[in-house]
Amino acid sequence: MVKLDAKIPEGPLAEKWTKYKSDQKLVNPANKRKLEIIVVGTGLAGAAAAASFGELGFKVKVFGIHDSPRRAHSIAAQGGINATKNYRNDGDSVYRLFYDTIKGGDYRSREANVYRLAEVSDEIIDQCVAQGVPFAREYSGLLDNRSFGGSLVSRTFYARGQTGQQLLLGAYGALSKEIHNGSCEMLTMQEVLDIVIVDGRARGVVSRHSITGEIQRHSAHAIVLATGGYGNVFFLSTNAMNSNGSAAWRAYKSGAVFGNPSFTQIHPTCIPVHGDYQSKLTLMSESLRNDGRIWVPKKLEDAKKIQKGELKPTQIAEEDRDYYLERRYPAFGNLVPRDVASRAAKERCDAGNGVGSTGLAVYLDFADAINRLGKNVIEARYGNLFQIYEKIVDDNPYETPMMIYPAVHYTMGGLWVDYELQTTIPGLFAAGEANFSDHGANRLGASALMQGLSDGYFVIPYTMQNYLADQINVPFFKTDLPEFDASEKKVRAELEKLINIKGKQTVDTFHKKLGHIMWDHVGMARNGEGLKKAITMIQELKKEFWKDVKIPGGIDGKNMELEKAWRMADYLEMGELMARDGLDREESCGGHFREEHQTPEGEALRHDDKYTHVSVWEYTGEDKEPALHKEPLNYEFIEVKTRNYKV
Amino acid sequence: MDFNLKIWRQKDAKSKGSFKTYEVKNISEDASFLEMLDILNEELVMKGEMPINFENDCREGICGTCSLYVNGRPHGPDTGITICQVHMRKFRGMKTIVIEPWRSKAFPVLTDLIVDRSSFDRLIQAGGYVSARTGGVPNANNIPIPKNKAEEAMDAAACIGCGACVASCKNASAMLFVSAKVAQLALLPQGQVEAKRRVQKMVKQMDIEGFGNCTNTGACEAECPKEIKLVNIARLNREFIGAKLGAQVMAM
Repeated sequence: MVKLDAKIPEGPLAEKWTKYKSDQKLVNPANKRKLEIIVVGTGLAGAAAAASFGELGFKVKVFGIHDSPRRAHSIAAQGGINATKNYRNDGDSVYRLFYDTIKGGDYRSREANVYRLAEVSDEIIDQCVAQGVPFAREYSGLLDNRSFGGSLVSRTFYARGQTGQQLLLGAYGALSKEIHNGSCEMLTMQEVLDIVIVDGRARGVVSRHSITGEIQRHSAHAIVLATGGYGNVFFLSTNAMNSNGSAAWRAYKSGAVFGNPSFTQIHPTCIPVHGDYQSKLTLMSESLRNDGRIWVPKKLEDAKKIQKGELKPTQIAEEDRDYYLERRYPAFGNLVPRDVASRAAKERCDAGNGVGSTGLAVYLDFADAINRLGKNVIEARYGNLFQIYEKIVDDNPYETPMMIYPAVHYTMGGLWVDYELQTTIPGLFAAGEANFSDHGANRLGASALMQGLSDGYFVIPYTMQNYLADQINVPFFKTDLPEFDASEKKVRAELEKLINIKGKQTVDTFHKKLGHIMWDHVGMARNGEGLKKAITMIQELKKEFWKDVKIPGGIDGKNMELEKAWRMADYLEMGELMARDGLDREESCGGHFREEHQTPEGEALRHDDKYTHVSVWEYTGEDKEPALHKEPLNYEFIEVKTRNYKV
Repeated sequence: MDFNLKIWRQKDAKSKGSFKTYEVKNISEDASFLEMLDILNEELVMKGEMPINFENDCREGICGTCSLYVNGRPHGPDTGITICQVHMRKFRGMKTIVIEPWRSKAFPVLTDLIVDRSSFDRLIQAGGYVSARTGGVPNANNIPIPKNKAEEAMDAAACIGCGACVASCKNASAMLFVSAKVAQLALLPQGQVEAKRRVQKMVKQMDIEGFGNCTNTGACEAECPKEIKLVNIARLNREFIGAKLGAQVMAM
């Protein structure tokens, strides 16, 4: 029976992190050299953590699935990163960012963690500027800001539409420096397949080299999983093709508990789906909502004609357009949080007012902004995004409104961690999107980059020492321990089992089937009946997969079908847990919208008396029902209210 | 759309590779080039054959993972874009498509269309960063940076490290890649402190890795999916000569 202790320091909210740092244990420089840390993942959280550990003097081994650490999916984040600098003099503060984040997450995240995130946000900007990140600047030479959803201040720092790329290259530079200095060792093209537990502590990993197929063992005193989210359960998402949840899932199956698995972010502004062969969805940055206005035709007959290609959006008169976000949410307008914007788009499309050949799209229109500011300004702000759109859709967004539709983008759920970012397995930490900690039931835009770098640069380098201070007398581990033997044997057996099924359907066939189940029943709107159905369907699909998947080749050498199958086996289990979690939570909150629980106006209806907690799931064995635990969320410092973006 | 595909197949780094011909039929114009390869791979798997190994990840043109040499051009027929963002409508009227890996001594083929680009990582490791440690840095607005300098730095920083510049160059030179990083950091006050050391170390590493020399043909600029400009190479040369004239002793 797992015991959940969030280890939140005592004292006033604003002093908790300072107090923690004053009281925590540290490791002296000579002892740091005797301690090894494994970091899995090279995105913002992983690269930042690895570089920072290396600078402190620890021995670090970094694992990445790509050919280079610079390829991690943080690179694709477009819009920006939040910080409380208040450079705009518009009333920002640590408290306000904290408050916006808690409210944006629909009161389902931990106060202490979120406050710390807001508190270190300014340091992140300082750090990135020092690394040579070319943030956008004003003519004064000082840093520029823009607005993002869910906030009334302009606090988002950005580098064109490539903020994630520039921040990741900053962290990659820091990591490269430590590789050069010899403190970090980089292992590329390595997929971590299992976490090795020795005497109850995380002590190593078993990995597979994706080119040679070689199975390797690696030991360490502590492990950080910075492996990102599991949005690819849905098959179609904005995640990269190789983004996967397997390392985190293996940690879950080894005893780490999982927080709020059903909390998925469906991003409102993505390029709509166009065909069966489609492999992924492309995000159009939320920053576009600064200047773009979202609308659909008011009249059903106009929508029908547009769907058939008989009318063009530019032919619809102003008074016949429904700017539904501005209509429903006058205070925030087009800048409502992502969950609200996505649901509103679905509502209009379900009502028949959607556009595009499928009727599953809405317009994002820049005509007003181009008239007001000129094409040059819009091009400077969003040029690269407009270019991406044009290349994919073959349509010019300067002249015709963009078509967008919501798509799976981010998972707020993840491995449960305490205030120190440690999972329930001692010595196993989770950072960035891989953990569940800061975004509650909905993440605000420009907060993922902030959290990844906060965890990596400014949180885990401290909290890790508090753990390792007790480990200084533990010598380097050998990988010939029986626990490593057992782990490697298990992994090999599972790989062999997959190869030997020799069925009739490809991995992608199963993945697409799972994606449809997830999107239809565990997507933007969910209900009890659908979720129950999804659980049964996924269980059946899992049985079918283990009987009928077809994988050519063997376990040696490059075998991308085998890699996909390994991840797929885990997606099937993850999908089921997501549905189970969604079924248990009989309320609507943030991105989790249960149709049975809504206000007469169709807004999410929370049930704070029953569900002000983190749902924490514990693995109990193959094909057994997982155990549910609850971490109560105590709001000591803010008043819990109904989210309101109308006034 | 129907196509004949001539694709480079090579089992592993030690094996000898060769072209193999495949047919694909009924491909939608709206499919991306990589989706067309996905369709082919699904067919191969159903036949029990090994699929074609190619690298890809974000499929949004930003991660720099995809690296295909298509009909004699890195990233295929379109300009200013990676192959993952090229759609089949760009191949209208074509019957045969030839697909090869990057070809360069510094990028050995690992299997099929996948090459080893770790030499690019080692170039960055040699000095392509500001060696600021985490924490203890100045306030972000302490040093104003003129907007045009920041924009120029961003133009150079847009490099995705895909290697198309090397693949397009008859000398397999990595000058555009290295110069983009050197220029980005030389344009910013934060990078200037180490500018001389950086350029010398990175240029030396280029030679160690076996990249060729730059003869200013401009093929790299023409094929760069992020449209990184040749002016960066001029800046690198200026920085490099400046570093030599400055006679700064370089501890390697």
